Formats: sequence, C-alpha cells, structure tokens
Amino acid sequence: MSEVARPLVTTRQDDTGIAARIEGSAIGDTVYRWLTTAFALCVPVLLLLIALGVGTAAWPAFKAFGFGFLTSSDWDPPHNVFGAAPAIYGTIISAIIALVIATPLALGVAIFLSEFAPSWLRQPVAFLVDLLAAIPSVVYGLWGIFVLQPVLRDRVMPLLAGLPVIGKSALFEGPAYGPSMLGAGLILAIMVLPFISAVSREVLMAVPRSQREAALALGATKWEMIADAVVPYARSGIIGGIILGLGRALGETMAVTMLIGNVHQISASLFAPGYTMASLIANEFAEATGDLHLSALMGVGAVLFVLTLIVNAIARWLVWRVSREARS
Amino acid sequence: MTRSTLFTLAAAGLVSTAACAGSDTKAASDSSAASSAPSASTSARVDLTGAGATFPYPIYSKWISDYSAKTGVKINYQAIGSGGGIRQLQEGTVDFGASDAPMTDEELAKAKGPVLHIPTVLGAVVLTYNVPGLTQPLNLSGDVIADIFLGKITKWNDSRLASLNPGVKLPARDLLVVHRSEGSGTTYIFSDYLTAVSPAWAAGPGKGKELKWPVGLGGRGNDGVSGQVKQTPGTIGYVELAYANQNKLAVAKVKNAAGQFVAPTIASITAAAAGAAEKLPPTTDYRVSIVNAPGAAAYPISSFTWLLVYQRQTDATKSKKLVDFMKWALTEGEGSAATLDYAPLPASLGAQLMDRVASIQVGTAS
Repeated sequence: MSEVARPLVTTRQDDTGIAARIEGSAIGDTVYRWLTTAFALCVPVLLLLIALGVGTAAWPAFKAFGFGFLTSSDWDPPHNVFGAAPAIYGTIISAIIALVIATPLALGVAIFLSEFAPSWLRQPVAFLVDLLAAIPSVVYGLWGIFVLQPVLRDRVMPLLAGLPVIGKSALFEGPAYGPSMLGAGLILAIMVLPFISAVSREVLMAVPRSQREAALALGATKWEMIADAVVPYARSGIIGGIILGLGRALGETMAVTMLIGNVHQISASLFAPGYTMASLIANEFAEATGDLHLSALMGVGAVLFVLTLIVNAIARWLVWRVSREARS
Repeated sequence: MTRSTLFTLAAAGLVSTAACAGSDTKAASDSSAASSAPSASTSARVDLTGAGATFPYPIYSKWISDYSAKTGVKINYQAIGSGGGIRQLQEGTVDFGASDAPMTDEELAKAKGPVLHIPTVLGAVVLTYNVPGLTQPLNLSGDVIADIFLGKITKWNDSRLASLNPGVKLPARDLLVVHRSEGSGTTYIFSDYLTAVSPAWAAGPGKGKELKWPVGLGGRGNDGVSGQVKQTPGTIGYVELAYANQNKLAVAKVKNAAGQFVAPTIASITAAAAGAAEKLPPTTDYRVSIVNAPGAAAYPISSFTWLLVYQRQTDATKSKKLVDFMKWALTEGEGSAATLDYAPLPASLGAQLMDRVASIQVGTAS
C-alpha cells in the first residue's frame, strides 16, 4: 500500500492534484459513511423484524396459556394444551452440564498450547481441537448413539450410581437407559470445547511477553506466572469464549435431539431423559397443523430468543465489569 | 484490552446467531419449499409440484420417474412431512399435497375449495422389540399394546403377555417403551389404532401425530426408534413396515378383529383395506381409518396414505396432467408398490377411485 501511495504524494503538480483528491475523497467519504451506516442499521432492523415475526406468531399461545406457558409441564398436542417448562429446564440444564465439563478442559488445552507445548506439537494439537468445531452436529449425534450412549449406559452410569454419598443422591437416580440429560450434556461439552479453547488460546497468546517476564523476574514459578499474570490479563476474552460456547450449547439441535430422549419431564436425575427448546421445535414443526400448536412452537422459539438475549446481556455486563476491574 | 474486547464482541454477537440457527432451519426449509413451488411450476421445466408425507416418498418418486420416462411429464415431489403438505395445499403453493393422516374438518375449512382425498398405497405400523433369548415372533393384542404404552404393563413376564404367548419363556426384565419424538404419520396410525381398541387410551393420550406419552423415550425417526430398540435389551417400539422389512427387525404378530394373530405382510395389509373397503358407502370421501379392520387375514394396524387435490382446478393444462398422472398411478403404478414394500390398494377400490379422480374439474364452484 505505502509503495503505491508514495509517488502520488511526491509528484510536482500536487496543488491541483491534491485538491481534486481531497474533494473527491470528501464525496467518497460521505457516500461511504452513509453506506456503512445503512449496513450497520441492517442488523438491528433484522433483529427487530425477527423478534416481531416470532412474537406475533407466538402471541395466540401466550394469550391462551399466559404465564403457565413457562411453568406448565403439560405438552399435549392432541388436546391443545401446551406448557414449555420441561424444554426450558432441559435447555438450561444441558447447557450448564456442557459448560461445567467443557470449560476446565478447554482452558487446560488453551493453557497447555500457549504456555507449555513445544512448537512442533502446538500446531497439530490446535488444528485437531479446531477440527472438532467442523464436524456436523448430526455426525456427533450418530457417534453419540452408537458409541457414547452404550459406554454411558454400561460403564459410566453404574459407576456414578455406585459412588459413595453422591451416588445415592437424586442426581444419579433411576434406571440407566442411555438417552439422558447427562448424554446430551456430554455431547454438548465436546461440541462447545473447540469454541472455548480456540478463543482462550488466542487471547492467552496475545498476552504480552513482558507480562510473563515481569512475573518470572519477581520470582514467580511457572504456575504462579500463569495463574497470577497471564490468565487474569486474558480474563475478559476467556469469558467471551465461554459465552460463545454457551450460545452454541443453548441453540444446538440435532445432536441433542438424538441423545436427550425427548420426553417432556423435569427430573433432578441426570440419568433421566428430557427435552430442549431447539429439539422441540425441530421435532414438531414439520408435522404441526393446529394453529395453537404452531403458535406454541413459535412461543418456544420466542422464549429461546429471549433467553439468548439475556445470556448476551449478562455476558456483556460480566466482560464490562471484569475489564473495569482490570483497569483500576 | 482492545483485543479481548474485540473477541467478546464477536463472541456475544455469535451467541444469538448460534442459538437461532437451530430453530430457523426447519422454518427455512419449509419456506424455501413454499417459495420455489410457484416459480418452478411456471418455468415449464416442471409440470406439476407436490409436497407432503415422507412415508410414501420412495414409491412416489418411483412413480414420478417411471411416469416421466413414459410421458415426459415432469413432477416435483418434496417430502416435507404431512403437516407441511397440508399447509402448502391450503396456501395453494403446490398442485397436490400428500398426507398419512386425513385432513380434519378444521383443516378442510381453511383450504381454498373442496379437497379430494385419493388413497394411493397402504402402509402398516409394526411393533419391534428386543427380548434376549426370544426366538419366535411375539404375539400381542390391542389392549396389551395399549397398556404397555400406557405404562400399566411394566415387566416382560406380565401374566397378560404370558397368556398371549403360551409356551414361550419371557424374561423378568423391565419393559421400556420407545416412541417417535417428532410428529409423524406413523405415530398417527399407531395412536389411531390404540384409540380404536382401548377405551383407556382413547380417554388418555388419544390420537395425533404428536402425543403426550405417559411413558417411554423418544427416538427421532424410524431409525432413531429402531436404533434404540436394537441397543437396549427389554425395549419395545413401533416403526413402519417397509423400514422393519428392509432392516430385518423382529416384528410382533398382532391379534386382529377376527381374533387371529396376523404378521404384517403386504398381503395382510391389503386384506385389511379390502375388509374396510367393503363397508364404505359409494359416496365416501375416503377420509377413513382402516385400523382394526374386519377379515381373518387382516393386519390391524394398517392405513391408507393419501394424495390431496382440489376438486376445482384453475389451470386446464395442469388439471389434465394431474388427473392423467393419478389415473396412471392407480392402475399401472400400483403394480410396482410391492417391490418397495408398500401394499397396493385392493382391486375392489380401483373403479370407484377412478370415478372420483374423474370428478376433478376446471373452473370455480357453481
């Protein structure tokens, strides 16, 4: 770029030339400014239109069931009774399970890759972890049915149920069939892991060398350097990565549908099947003919939409608070 | 901190996209089918468009390709599900719809005119199970199936199961029910049957493409249900006959209205339709259920699948092509049904249906 620009500036007849260029660029600037403004406005307008569309379509269901739509566990299409509580519960719980498992794992991967891995290992491992994100979710679902589920049913679940004290708790109660909240949470954990680890790795790598050297110079061990100097510096970026993972976990449809068992119930046991909002819409939309049924599915979509907005808002607030703390 | 802020911005933005993507896919595929239909039909490359049930899709696509090879008429059929087919017919975006469940009076009222239900082939729902050590086909009856799916029978060695299967040693295992998780014509036929044979089922879950299941796990699609059944000892589920045949699943014999235990075969399904057809008045609209049909050889969980067409057509050329195609399908087409595991219509219905197809006219109702 600079090589091209230099001769222009150093030409002799720059008086007229520069004037023309300034004028030209002034018009260009205006056009460019309006154009980008219009593009930028597209996004909120689109968001508004989606919210409006989903909201209008969902209105009959909200009107018919009121607040009960969110709290009732009755989902009975032949009798036109709809309550989305199990799906809302399942969406949140499966996403939480996913984050609880994936976050430490992803952070471990990211820290290893940015701080410990020899350079010959760093690229291949990073590539493989990123590759996890490229696998289609239906493939995760198939793998879950044929590999993960039998292992869960025959090995992991009996092991968990056999643990002292917590094995007897409500968390691991009931028969172990395979399709379960635990299975769905686990597959989600694998699916969100590359998102969290890729973002975390990038922010950790971006921490200035001086930050690390300063910690070491003060006599910190490698562990203290990472825990006290590197990770806190990258904190807001890491939280961003986790929220990105959470977003994927909340909206993931296919793999979860294949593993969660698709039963409208709220159970404390992780062995019990459940439902998520995205699965519910995917399962029933194609064959829904009743007006109220369609509207109820739109209502579920609206709830999912609002839930992600809330998650976004919390994420923004967290990042804002963390970065303000870091500054002061 | 600029860099990390940038990441969070990207991250936060992606949260909503990721979350919405799942719910939008179905809607998008539905609306794309809707929007492509009119443009396709005017482009002269495709003569007729239809949309609907996935269950008869293999036989419909065979008919369409055979018919096109014979006459050059191009037909585009999109297997988007029965509900979608009915919706698109109501909106008039397709020339014909297809459904595994007849349209309700409410749905008919929302159509743009009188709709004809033309049965094309027959399907059946079969019970598939995984009982280790069982070598012969299981015998089941309607009330026992209903009580299993209602959660009243919970063990394989239940006395009522044992009395249907004398001489068979059934294990003392827990019985686990697997049903379809998504809306489907298969669920409709199955629940239609249970509603017909069990007052307790009729008063409880009832019939529909999706139900409020009292017990069990939901598997997605025929493969989801059969995969779950194959993997888990002690399970019982229901799938389409064609799917069970192609995958060599263990299927149960079911006691019919005449008290016989009948295995699901193409002959026993056609027999069910023949038994039911005898009782149809000549003026029938064919929106009839043939579950629990009379006849000693009839398999009781059988059903028609229908093409849905407007009786008053607006376009003379299309109308003629549509009528010709349906006449061909109901005569020559029926011959290839069995090769794809569909039961053909009984011969007794043929002439009556041809008259019904011939009643399609061009012009608005007078």
